[in-house]
Amino acid sequence: MSENTQPTGLQDRAERNVWLFAFLTFLTVSVAGLVEIVPLFYLDSALPAKNIPGVVWDRGEAPNQKSLDDWKEGDGVRPLKPLELAGRDIYQREGCYLCHSQMIRPFRDEKERYGHYSLASESMYDHPFQWGSKRTGPDIARLGGKYSDEWHIAHLIAPRSVVPESVMPNYPWLMENKVDHTTIEAHMSGLRTVGVPYTDADIAGAGAAIEGKTEMEAMVAYLQSLGTMVKFQEGVEYRE
Amino acid sequence: MEEAAAEQKYNFDVVRWFAVMTAVYLVVGALVGVFIASQLAWPVLNFDNPYLSFGRLRPLHTNAVIFAYGGCILMATAFYTVQRTCGVRLWSDKMAWFTFIGWNLIIVSAVITLPLGITQAKEYAELEWPIDLAIAVVWLSFMFNFLMTIATRKTSHIYVSNWFFMGMMIMITILHVVNSAAIPVGAFKSYSAYAGVQDAMIQWWWGHNAVGFYLTAGFLGIMYYFVPKQANRPVFSYRLSVIHFWALMFGYVWLGAHHLQYTALPDWTGSLGAAVSMAMIIPSWGGAVNGMMTLSGAWDKLRNDYVLRFLIMSLAFYAMSTFEGPIMSIKTVNALSHYTDWTIGHVHSGALGWVAMVGIGALYHMIPRILHTPIYSQGLINMHFWTATIGTVIYVVAMWVSGIMQGLMWRAYDDYGTLAYTFAESVEAMHPYYAMRAIGGGIFLLGAVVMLFNIIMTVLKAKSQGTVKAAQSAAVTA
Repeated sequence: MSENTQPTGLQDRAERNVWLFAFLTFLTVSVAGLVEIVPLFYLDSALPAKNIPGVVWDRGEAPNQKSLDDWKEGDGVRPLKPLELAGRDIYQREGCYLCHSQMIRPFRDEKERYGHYSLASESMYDHPFQWGSKRTGPDIARLGGKYSDEWHIAHLIAPRSVVPESVMPNYPWLMENKVDHTTIEAHMSGLRTVGVPYTDADIAGAGAAIEGKTEMEAMVAYLQSLGTMVKFQEGVEYRE
Repeated sequence: MEEAAAEQKYNFDVVRWFAVMTAVYLVVGALVGVFIASQLAWPVLNFDNPYLSFGRLRPLHTNAVIFAYGGCILMATAFYTVQRTCGVRLWSDKMAWFTFIGWNLIIVSAVITLPLGITQAKEYAELEWPIDLAIAVVWLSFMFNFLMTIATRKTSHIYVSNWFFMGMMIMITILHVVNSAAIPVGAFKSYSAYAGVQDAMIQWWWGHNAVGFYLTAGFLGIMYYFVPKQANRPVFSYRLSVIHFWALMFGYVWLGAHHLQYTALPDWTGSLGAAVSMAMIIPSWGGAVNGMMTLSGAWDKLRNDYVLRFLIMSLAFYAMSTFEGPIMSIKTVNALSHYTDWTIGHVHSGALGWVAMVGIGALYHMIPRILHTPIYSQGLINMHFWTATIGTVIYVVAMWVSGIMQGLMWRAYDDYGTLAYTFAESVEAMHPYYAMRAIGGGIFLLGAVVMLFNIIMTVLKAKSQGTVKAAQSAAVTA
């Protein structure tokens, strides 16, 4: 055995000292995260379209801030309204993101099938992001306004009644369940803590606003909001 | 009696429990997998029941195979290997039992909460914040016990398996803490601390390194101990294992960005991820060669050593999927493969072919040595080997075909310059391949059931013959 020989180099030294080995490993695995992730929090290129007019909703300064109801389609990205947020919670609960992406890539076929490519700013209030990784069903980043509420309800209750080829599960329970109006204000406050700009006025009364609504109404409200916030202008480059 | 000496010196009790639970969870995880695969082929199987719907069961499948099966085999082999290669008993028996009980309670809580729709909605990190806290505590107990066992070792140098186990433990700790950061808004509801583009990058930094460290580095730790032991040959090259280890530790962490090519993630990040992905072929194949060449001069052993067959087949799949992965990270290929079943096929050639098979090989190696009795049936091991291999190949081929077909159908144009297919037509075209995938998975599941049966029969045999007790009380001459 080599018990008594002196270490011959760093590798040998590390193989004799578990704490040195662990420390070197820690340093080695930390590099990539520092290079790839940390800059995304301060580089402007992470949200390149943020300052283009009409991309992010400008609701003005307090005390004359606009309310969420003052927002009109195409005014820019805004936080979700209470009913839409309740719908998004259901969207996550049911695992919809596992089969539907919300991220359109800048290809000709995707533009024709789904619409304008997605912007980073469009998901800047999405905790967590909903880009998805798989299209067992189609992308729904710009689903809002494409179909009527009635179509969505029929489709969510029994997808094959409107799309015979579909393999989506039926969601009949959305019609029967009422949304949980008691927690929505806590949810909005939590989101404000991590950076979604809800005002006190947005949060106050949110529970009352959605009381008695069904989960179906919430889900449809969320789906109808998707991709409707930014009004795209011809000839403007939204990505660097 | 070398066996009795080992039994008395080391803590094999906790290894035995982890080993048996591994076999149980492989059946459970594969069963849920076959069920959800069947739902995609025959959606009526969702039964209009929220608790059985695809979107809630898919996270249960991934959590069961990664954290229940994967976690238990990693903990069984790490505790087994570290004791044998360091020549000392586990630093703390009590802490090892805490790890075992804690980890299994976490698995039970996943089985309860995921079908209820309690989820953070981040892939492979679905469990809600109270369970995340429990994972952190139990994982740290696992790591601390492991490091302290190495610190009190009788050997001069730390064996290569333990490097890989250590690398996994350190990186998974970092990943879990950073990726799971969230703001709780209720007892079982939280929102990720990050949003949009940052959340996406952090999620895939986690997602790809759950693969790179948990399912690769950890299982390479298994490979570096069990392949040489089963083949009764030293590792082919020490130098190669040093390069393999450090290149893997440094390189793998960059790859997450290749999951986000052409998305709203800044272009440089995805390109960087793709470039390092290509370079990763070198250490990955270095490791695969190191494992396979360990057999050089002893290839004839494959003729009748069924356990070795599992280990070598796993390296073949490892080599194949670590070649396929870099190819898929190339932007032009990714433009086609992203969002399709090709990704699912790639994951399963790694998961079934590499992760499951190397773990199964290690399990078959350990069982006779920790139960002190020969395995109940060698023939059933051989049958398991063929069902696992054939099932995996059918699964992967089905997903290659469906994935590439999807990608091509989505971008196809007709003579008039309009899209040739509706999305629904592409879904319809997938049906035969989804059925084929369910059959391949079913064959793989059959093998897992055979293994569970084989192991239970061995446990019963050991119990009726009292082999463990005999080993524990045998007089040992040192």
